[in-house]
Amino acid sequence: MAAVTTTTPTHVRPARRRFPFGRAVAWTVMGLIVLITLLPFYWILRTALSTNAGLNADPTNPLPVGLTTSGFERALGLQSAEEAIAQGGAGGGLDFWRYLLNSVLVSTLITVCQIFFSAMAAYAFSRLRWRGRDKVFGLFLAGMMVPAIFTLLPNFVLIKQLHLVDTLLGIALPTMFMTPFAVFFLRQFFMNIPKEVEEAALLDGAGKVKIFFRVVLPMASTPIVTLGVLTYITSWNDYFWPLMVSYSDSSRVLTVALAIFRAQTPATGVDWSGLMAATLIAALPMLVLFACFARRIVSSIGFTGIK
Amino acid sequence: MTIASSSPPSRLPTGGAAEARSRTRTRRTEVGENRGDGRLAAVFIAPALLGFVVFLLWPTLRGICLSFTRFNLLTPAEWVGLDNYVRMVNDPIFWDSLWVTVEYVVINIGVQTVAALAIAVLLQRLTRSAMLRGIVLTPYLMSNVVAGLVWLWILDTQLGIGNEIISALGVDRIPFLADETWAIPTIALINVWRHVGYTALLLFAGLQAIPNDMYEAARVDGASEWRMFWRITMPLLRPVLAVVLIMTVIGSFQVFDTVAVTTAGGPANATNVLQYYIYGSAFGRFQFGYASAMSVALLIVLSAITILQYRLTRAGRTDLG
Repeated sequence: MAAVTTTTPTHVRPARRRFPFGRAVAWTVMGLIVLITLLPFYWILRTALSTNAGLNADPTNPLPVGLTTSGFERALGLQSAEEAIAQGGAGGGLDFWRYLLNSVLVSTLITVCQIFFSAMAAYAFSRLRWRGRDKVFGLFLAGMMVPAIFTLLPNFVLIKQLHLVDTLLGIALPTMFMTPFAVFFLRQFFMNIPKEVEEAALLDGAGKVKIFFRVVLPMASTPIVTLGVLTYITSWNDYFWPLMVSYSDSSRVLTVALAIFRAQTPATGVDWSGLMAATLIAALPMLVLFACFARRIVSSIGFTGIK
Repeated sequence: MTIASSSPPSRLPTGGAAEARSRTRTRRTEVGENRGDGRLAAVFIAPALLGFVVFLLWPTLRGICLSFTRFNLLTPAEWVGLDNYVRMVNDPIFWDSLWVTVEYVVINIGVQTVAALAIAVLLQRLTRSAMLRGIVLTPYLMSNVVAGLVWLWILDTQLGIGNEIISALGVDRIPFLADETWAIPTIALINVWRHVGYTALLLFAGLQAIPNDMYEAARVDGASEWRMFWRITMPLLRPVLAVVLIMTVIGSFQVFDTVAVTTAGGPANATNVLQYYIYGSAFGRFQFGYASAMSVALLIVLSAITILQYRLTRAGRTDLG
């Protein structure tokens, strides 16, 4: 990491004092950027904890108006229809617990399978010797050129023919086996594992399969975790594909449910409190996940920049 | 694909990896271990190859084939030659949505690239704080749906805090997402909010590959930050910037989620972006053949842009080395 920058021990700091004004402006701009970045998150929370009546009466109050958790209760289907309608909800009976579970299942299935299968392929492309290896790898690289969106329609037709429409498996299948990017990304790391390590294991009598599980995977655990977190976030946030495939509660994921929640409320009295509560439910798991891995993810972006 | 090889070498523990590889190759032949791992490789590659062929290669070819058919999902596809393409060329809504999409991309990419560059340079020259980089990335963790809904609320004409502030300043309330002229710029900016941090971090990684000595030397010569930006940062960042531009433009052309959630293509088709029109044709009117033809058109546009941009910005070359 940062092999280039560490070669310069002299720092710029003393010279910078010459531009205190410029630095002040720069910090102000940075502060503004942070504000614009983070304020919407606070506004979600503030709205979710307000009553709809309160939001109507006092739209500029920076604090929750009429502090309540009824927005969350509506989003989680804990309120009766009458109660929900009385508080400005649609009473449509959306159950976000269920969608939360669906999202977790789909994202986990995609992430675990995709990373494992991609790692296997990456191992074959980097550490195994076989005829046609470079040609097949070239094909995978070419696959990265096809915009994801182009394959959605034909993939839907295929999923329909497989009778997997409206199932969680149907949502997961297209990205479950690999993405060219994941293969490419992991191959880069596997190639940089010193050959000596592998040879030592070979001398100890380990087979290539054992080397994959006992040497390569553990040594590449950092990039694998990073890739895994990014894949999880990507599949969690996906909307277009699940929208095509899922029709009912059994396969509805959070993003699709959110859009339905929004579509259900009438254009004139939108249930903002419930909608923002649901939004928070959809967003929170990713924020927590990110909080756990932030440092790792932040410093590995740039290298992962293909997505 | 190019970014990993061309851009931030500092991130890779490459220490002469190519050299090491060629060394081991000769050693391997010396040992006489020539038989290869064909059978094992077949097992290891099988799942990924299956996924590649079934869900990427086959759909790509099938998508192209479908564009020459009339197909409504229920009855078998019927070959109609170039009919869909003829119809597309004569379809004013198609051209309109293509135009709307271009308008969106220009605003989205224009603002996003400048803002991301500014953030990246600020991060590089002011502080290396990982925390700050984490904050900047936070919106990227939200789905487009979440980002769309939040801003829909903030910009709501009657109750949104954005419009409250505007009217407090004495300006008329703006129906951001309900007005034909405002809708596309608003959606473009919502997506800037979500993606700018990620783009900034990509550029930041590129900036880290620029040796600090260069800034040192320039400073000794009395160069200002402004001058250093144009004389050092920009020329050396160009290859990374080019790749990032190609990536973001391709992503930008595929805009769908935000439109679907905030305006549903309206008002009066003002935000009927191409991908939304394609979706409507397929799932609203069950014209899968026509939808496929428009997808192919989009694919061609994207390929052309990629090639053009790559040529124009000489993406492959760097001034550093």
